[in-house]
Amino acid sequence: MKDFEIMKVAIFIPCYIDQFYPQVAIATLELLEKLGVTVSYPEKQTCCGQPMANAGFEHLTESGNTLFIENFSGYDYIVSPSGSCVLHIKDHLHSSVKEQEAISIRAKVYELTEFLTDVLQVRNITSKFYHKVGLHQSCHGQRGLKLSQMSELVAPGFSKPESLLRMVEGLELIALDRKDECCGFGGTFCVGEEAVSVKMGKDRVADHLHYGAEFITANDMSCLMHLEGILKRQKSPTKVIHIAEILNAGL
Amino acid sequence: MSTDPNSFNHSTTSDHATLADKFNLDEPRVDWHDKTLWFIRNKRDKAAWQLPEWEQLRESASQIKNNVLSNLHSYLLQFEKNAQQNGITVHWAATAEEHNKIVHSIIQKTGISQVVKSKSMLTEECHLNEYLLTRGIEVIDTDLGERIVQLAGEPPSHIVLPCIHWKKEEIGELFSKHLGTPEGISDPQFLTAAARIHLRQRFMSSRLAITGVNFAVAETGEIVVCTNEGNADLGVQLADVHIACMGIEKIIPQRKHLAIFLRLLARSATGQPITTYSSHFQRPRKGQEMHIVLVDNGRSERLGSNDFRNALKCIRCGACMNTCPVYRRSGGHSYHYAIAGPIGAILAPGLDMKKHADLPFASTLCGSCSHVCPVKIDIHDQLYKWRQVLAKNNYIGRTKKAGIKGMAFILSHPKLYTLAGAGARWLMKHIPFVVNNKLNPWYKQREMPDVPQQSFNGWYQQNRKSK
Repeated sequence: MKDFEIMKVAIFIPCYIDQFYPQVAIATLELLEKLGVTVSYPEKQTCCGQPMANAGFEHLTESGNTLFIENFSGYDYIVSPSGSCVLHIKDHLHSSVKEQEAISIRAKVYELTEFLTDVLQVRNITSKFYHKVGLHQSCHGQRGLKLSQMSELVAPGFSKPESLLRMVEGLELIALDRKDECCGFGGTFCVGEEAVSVKMGKDRVADHLHYGAEFITANDMSCLMHLEGILKRQKSPTKVIHIAEILNAGL
Repeated sequence: MSTDPNSFNHSTTSDHATLADKFNLDEPRVDWHDKTLWFIRNKRDKAAWQLPEWEQLRESASQIKNNVLSNLHSYLLQFEKNAQQNGITVHWAATAEEHNKIVHSIIQKTGISQVVKSKSMLTEECHLNEYLLTRGIEVIDTDLGERIVQLAGEPPSHIVLPCIHWKKEEIGELFSKHLGTPEGISDPQFLTAAARIHLRQRFMSSRLAITGVNFAVAETGEIVVCTNEGNADLGVQLADVHIACMGIEKIIPQRKHLAIFLRLLARSATGQPITTYSSHFQRPRKGQEMHIVLVDNGRSERLGSNDFRNALKCIRCGACMNTCPVYRRSGGHSYHYAIAGPIGAILAPGLDMKKHADLPFASTLCGSCSHVCPVKIDIHDQLYKWRQVLAKNNYIGRTKKAGIKGMAFILSHPKLYTLAGAGARWLMKHIPFVVNNKLNPWYKQREMPDVPQQSFNGWYQQNRKSK
């Protein structure tokens, strides 16, 4: 554990988590601290730029990128409870003036669960969560960051988030009919293509409910925000919970 | 023929979201459509898993196609030379219009007024049927699925399964209207038999056959056409004239490469190990005329673009459609282009950016398409790149653009961001109607998230800064 204390680790809290799901950020911070990591939180951080870029306006993200670089230069690791935002940084963080720093950050940014399994090499954890849980594989984390094997490939299976959930005491992971189908959030897609987005979400929710999920968890709160909106409209007792909150439970 | 294929307006102006919205009015039908295509995706998975070397095959196919694209000029000339030596007349068409003119002039010379055509997405792309029909030539599509949509006056909704959006009961009604089958029959075997009788008459009476091309082998000057119904063979064998129409990207260097592509194509398309017929046409029969029309129609321009060239690797298997969660829930016609789904969404804007500016946004960028693709086209990355091109060329609405600009400004100023966040949360908490109304597309079928008292940043200032 000692080594972890000398690592310079910063957390990147995506804007919508900061504003609407602070409990996810708190769980991330506490979880990392309980695992012996000294965590910094650069306070002037805002957003990774993905909402603009996915809408076609990557060329408007230059000043946001500069801000990101100012906030996160000089750390050994940048950890974030979002596969999607991390993938965006990895693929698209550029700067016309500070490209070297941008390259460095792109190599040092980690999604939370991969940081736990690959860097901290967590092999057991004393978290407790006595519920039936469905794991939603958020696409950008899964196919983009390769956090889990995708069903399209003829290749051996693995899943970093699942391996962590399996260490949690009392947690029963349910099976799904479609283990890696997109939830339909998709950034501006969720409003631009409202009908398909909602239908995709309803179908995901139905798969989890069919197998008796009490909670739906994921690496990305954006997927969960969308699924939560549908669950609440259906007045379902099933709740969403970010994987950081589960891993931080009972620690 | 009582239905005019022209009745479907190809230049339909509704965008994907609007058409998808309509498709979703009938939710049980969406469920049925989704499950039907997911079943095919599953069949593809099972077939792929039977080959331990599946990923190697994909990589090989991808590399062969890369080689083809890098040397297309030489391969095309080699193919032309060998085809001509085999006795085939080779034509070059720069555009869809030119392609249609060439085909029409060949038909005109024969004086034939009714032709049979096996499946060809290229002729769909060029709107050949409509072109010929307005010049007094009737085209009978002989692929069963294509014949069904043709009778219905619709374009195909899927490149491999043209009438996948039709239920068997509806096909029964359609046949009763057009082929005179008794009403109320939905037995697939009966309906197929009726179609067979109907198509046989057309085959027997037609002296000219048009086919598509799946692969054109540069080394031998032969073309390969893959079908499950044998309709390409029947058409060609009975006809005095065979016209094969192909995009210039259909070239493969050598015959041995078919060993890779034929294994990938049917498994990716339908989960079959191979199509029932893989027919090689190398030279005309004695007394037969054979023509090949090589079509560019924007492909050379595409080839010159680093970001988008590898879309030309496509072998038209349709796997990206079957796997696409958006395609499955919006239907092929919502893409208002001959080729629907993810691959259509990256091909269409290359032909007409303005008309197809909506298509790259008909995706969540989930990435399933790129990984199911047997030739490894980076489809979802190209969707992202098309969005950038469309925005830079002003094909995105002004309201959206203004919103994005405002958002970019706020998000690059931390103090402003904190203020705006607090403001938005205050509004949502105290005057929820500002977001919980019918003008907010999120709220139409979803609740808004609960609003927390403070942001994480606020919490951090309060709980951690003082320590």
